[in-house]
Amino acid sequence: MPNIKKKKQQSLHKRDSEFAIANKQLEKLSNGIFANGELPTFSEKIKETDQFPLRPSKLEILQINVGYMCNQVCEHCHVDAGPDRKEIMTRETMLQCLEVIKNTGAHTLDLTGGAPEMNPDFRWFVEEASKAGIQDFIVRSNLTIIRANKKYHDLPEFFKKHDVHVVSSMPHWTRGKTDKQRGEGVFDQSIKALQELNAVGYGMPNSNLRLDLVYNPSGAFLPGDQTSMEKDFKKALLEDFGIYFHNLFAITNLPISRFLDYLIASENYEDYMYSLVEAYNPAAVKNVMCRNTISISWDGYLYDCDFNQMLELKVASQIQHISEYNEDILNNRKIIVSQHCYGCTAGAGSSCQGVVTN
Amino acid sequence: MANNNYYDPADLKKFGKISEWSKELGDKFFEYYGKVFEEGALTAREKSLIALAVAHTEMCPYCIDAYSQDGLQRGITKEEMMEAVHVGAAIKSGATLVHGVMMMNKVNKLEM
Repeated sequence: MPNIKKKKQQSLHKRDSEFAIANKQLEKLSNGIFANGELPTFSEKIKETDQFPLRPSKLEILQINVGYMCNQVCEHCHVDAGPDRKEIMTRETMLQCLEVIKNTGAHTLDLTGGAPEMNPDFRWFVEEASKAGIQDFIVRSNLTIIRANKKYHDLPEFFKKHDVHVVSSMPHWTRGKTDKQRGEGVFDQSIKALQELNAVGYGMPNSNLRLDLVYNPSGAFLPGDQTSMEKDFKKALLEDFGIYFHNLFAITNLPISRFLDYLIASENYEDYMYSLVEAYNPAAVKNVMCRNTISISWDGYLYDCDFNQMLELKVASQIQHISEYNEDILNNRKIIVSQHCYGCTAGAGSSCQGVVTN
Repeated sequence: MANNNYYDPADLKKFGKISEWSKELGDKFFEYYGKVFEEGALTAREKSLIALAVAHTEMCPYCIDAYSQDGLQRGITKEEMMEAVHVGAAIKSGATLVHGVMMMNKVNKLEM
């Protein structure tokens, strides 16, 4: 294990924090400035443009969270992932997911976690899922897992063999900002991992092996312009470390879980919510990711997005589990929203694929 | 007014309201302001750092608040921000000191 010292070594769950409980988070997001009328609730806001209730569009992305275990404990993590989280998708649930993958019209499969690679059946699942003919097969890798242990060192080759699209978090091109958010030592290990991915062809100019980076702000502020950030990241990573990558996705931090805990502890919660509401962009609503995505949890339950999954807000449908998956019935649901949804509709909008407006 | 301070952080959000009492001039100002900060021969990032330095020399708390946040949003590091503040401080102190030449000229002229 490389020398990665976490700022906070434990998840909210392990610390018995109030916000380890989804209902406590939802209470916080519903009360105070939203209950006293200072700020409009998200439902009220989207009613202004007749977009309530929010309905799904055509399903394009299946996002599968194969477990909350992670080798990092990032300050902002909306999953509250960490080494102490034991929730892991079983092979039985994976088989149910494979059945759906084979029969769905979705063009993108998006594996996430925690560190998805830490699921003991991860490689088996990737091998099986890659046979399903999905157009874009994403694995969200935190990069350091590649360097964490000998058994993960061949991951770049493994990803290449299965033509996996690697999407990795990288909060900044400097050590200080990256380590502050993701843990001491993460920057150096991430740089090495990126170089190893480049070495097998990932992210290289004209390479079909896709390597994208995810940027999210290291604090209580919104992301800047994605195009400018991408330019700055590319210049700095190439000049300083000879690293190439394809695109940068700028993602807004949503006020849930550890980021919510941070906002409250740092007394930034109200100002941050004001910023999100002020930056609300009605044009982003039609492209929010919950409209074309189904999120599947480690235990096979279905959610509108990974954030609703962490808030334990299962889809509002008679179909709530992968074992009874039915796309037609699911398409008739109303998407569940709360104040965290402002995060996906601020500025240029935010999704797991970055901004949602041009 | 409940607020007993000259400066209130909440007032920054009301900046746009200055147009309400003089729409034409206010609109012209904001049009100009917006244009100035567009990407040009200088990048928006460089302009943000200049603005931050000037915000300090002008001792404008609203501007410091705004351009500290703007800098973070653009991925500007705190080291870069502090360097910009030092540039402002250097010019400010230099501007004071260079007037010392005026003082020296005057003294030299008056003294026997």
